[in-house]
Amino acid sequence: MTNTTSATKTESETPEPRDYAAEADAWFAENVPADPGFMLPLTFMEVGEDRQFEFLRAWQRKVYEAGYLGAAWPKDYGGRGLTEAHQKAATRAMRKHRGPILLNAIGLNWAGPLILDIGSEEQKRAYLKPILSAEHIWCQGFSEPEHGSDLGNAQLKAARDGDDYVLNGSKIWTTQGNYADYMILLARTDLAAENKYAGLSFFLSPMTVPGITTRKLKKLTGEYGFTQTFFEDARIGADCLIGGEGNGWKIAMRTLEYERGARGGQAGGYVSIPPDLMEIVDLARSASRDGAPALSDPVLKDRMVGYLMDMHALSLSSERKRIAPLVEDHPMALPLMGKLEFSELYRELSEFALTLLGPKAAYYVGEPNAADDGWWARSYLNAFSATIGGGTSQIQRNIIGEHVLGLPKTR
Amino acid sequence: MTTDISAALGQMGVSEEQADLLHVAAQFCREEWPPERARAMIEEERGYDPDLWRRIADLGWLGIALPEAHGGAGLGIGEVVPVAEQMGRTLMATPFLASTLAAQLLLMAGSAAQQARWLPRLASGELVGTLALGEPGDEMRALGENEEGGFLVSGTARLIEHAAAADLILLSVGSGANRRLAVLETATLPAGVLRRETLIDDTRRAFELTLRGFELPGAAVLRKEAAGPAVAHAELAGALLYAADMVGGAFRVIDYTADYLRTRKQFGKLIGSYQALKHPLVDAFIGYERARSHLYAAAHSFGDQERGEVAVRMAKAQAETAYAYAADRAIQFHGGFGFTYDCDAGLHRRRALYDASRFGDARTHRKRIADMLF
Repeated sequence: MTNTTSATKTESETPEPRDYAAEADAWFAENVPADPGFMLPLTFMEVGEDRQFEFLRAWQRKVYEAGYLGAAWPKDYGGRGLTEAHQKAATRAMRKHRGPILLNAIGLNWAGPLILDIGSEEQKRAYLKPILSAEHIWCQGFSEPEHGSDLGNAQLKAARDGDDYVLNGSKIWTTQGNYADYMILLARTDLAAENKYAGLSFFLSPMTVPGITTRKLKKLTGEYGFTQTFFEDARIGADCLIGGEGNGWKIAMRTLEYERGARGGQAGGYVSIPPDLMEIVDLARSASRDGAPALSDPVLKDRMVGYLMDMHALSLSSERKRIAPLVEDHPMALPLMGKLEFSELYRELSEFALTLLGPKAAYYVGEPNAADDGWWARSYLNAFSATIGGGTSQIQRNIIGEHVLGLPKTR
Repeated sequence: MTTDISAALGQMGVSEEQADLLHVAAQFCREEWPPERARAMIEEERGYDPDLWRRIADLGWLGIALPEAHGGAGLGIGEVVPVAEQMGRTLMATPFLASTLAAQLLLMAGSAAQQARWLPRLASGELVGTLALGEPGDEMRALGENEEGGFLVSGTARLIEHAAAADLILLSVGSGANRRLAVLETATLPAGVLRRETLIDDTRRAFELTLRGFELPGAAVLRKEAAGPAVAHAELAGALLYAADMVGGAFRVIDYTADYLRTRKQFGKLIGSYQALKHPLVDAFIGYERARSHLYAAAHSFGDQERGEVAVRMAKAQAETAYAYAADRAIQFHGGFGFTYDCDAGLHRRRALYDASRFGDARTHRKRIADMLF
């Protein structure tokens, strides 16, 4: 595929990263919204209320219109045609000023890069800009009620009928499924294929056609954020197919690489706010144990140094993975480890924070006596969404063991 | 408002020299020191191969962190890290670490004359150096200082690596503000003052030195005011280089175990297909990758004041945790073979314990980090 129009930008249209960073810093300092008076989601998987959804959608649109989202995506598709370095600077500024998360995670980080990489010109023009502006919300249809970790066994059927595919079946753990306009969908097009993988195809499916309904799932936290999604004779156009029939598994695996950060092209910003170790240190400073600050307990201190080391190792590794001489033994090791490490560490950290609360660990969100409005309890319970979703930690270990260490397959 | 400590943490980076040394050292160690050589060396009293030592010297590795004026390469301790790491991967044993650290003491605290006398010969490998900074329980006292600054030494120092083969021992005498460093020429020692210690790590050699009224001439004593900072520098450098050795060893023992899990069958299946073995090995590997990130951040940040110290302590602590876990599981996952002396997993576990004990163990370093940051 060729694209000549975006190659004509002049020097004056490309700000120096440093100038751009300064502009971004000033913009976020000015525009990060005030506390709306209700709890904002810490991750895109926690959008459970309409007011949260509307607030975050407006925030993403504002960031995009100011030029700090999709900065490295081509201009023809709604981006700014700048570099990854520009976008990183904007994301840093957003983080520094503690902006809320960006809503459209699956569009920005998975569907968007996928369409950019392998979509047709029509698909790029139709889908990319509305992903950035949050006009179109995207969700993902991979897991099924009976097929979670065994993704290759997905059974939702897409039967070709003239210029349409007719969808029948069900998907589960659809993040923002009740809000989404589009879904990246893994479906079975060939029931007679020689193996389970070869029968799968990948679709960019509208969610707004007759026959697609969603039911909200109540999470461990007592809140909402996911749906089960039902397909009953739902008709979508054949042009929704991406990558050709029978290539669904390959594309799904590619999509998981975007999800796990093993492949680039994401629009930028962040879609979750990790627990901050220094906030936990402050918590330990103010929490009392046996009449003394918890932080004076050498056992707790030792554990906190351990967490600090682990957190810092992850940030060092995310830089090391780009330094070729330091990853020659196993170039894919660090990219494949990221999701497992971050998700497990965040779970451990949140749980550790809970142990600092003493009697206040008895309270939950909504209780005025709760420490930090119940933030830590909610954070811990929500942490499982990342250790289970997107391939459980156990599946991640299989992947690393098999693909990096060359161990024999478990299945 | 939360505390910001990011300014005190190590930063990632690699110099061109480090990358080059990494390549050369990886190939050299792999070719020169296959597992059977590491095993054969265990049986030899000297504990290292003088011919290998000569080739290491010819590669210029003994002078990496010494000034060009003294025959060195003019680089830093951070550039020694890739070499130490690759040596650790092959369980290579030579006085490389000891001699490198002894030279650092001379560089930090030696007079111009002392540096000119010793450093070029340490850089060229003509002389082997080692150091005795004093382990807990050691007592090395100075008596009757004369007008040239010389004194009589009495006491015991332990865990002096390769002391029997070394030409020079950089000896710490006294403590606190009275600490002095001296160059002890082993050729001048009376017979019977060195006793080979039995170490948990059979690939290493270390000795106990006992002196009774041994006369050290003033010319052998390093600049007194520089002794404290020199020891602090050498201890940090030692922690970094032993961390490198452990990171290298962790890589190798994981590789060695993965190899077994790929080939050993039980109940008709390759045992690596069982998640009870696969998953802990992956956890060991994650620990190793974390340690390697800390290691190269420490190598990169070594020269920065506070940042360097925190980074080195993190590197040493994480290297110990990672190597210990990897080698411990390696023994277990080799089953009955793992319990035999023939299995390399045991060599690694024992080396990990030895390395952990040198220049501060993980608990000590984590405590110091807590004191510095929290």
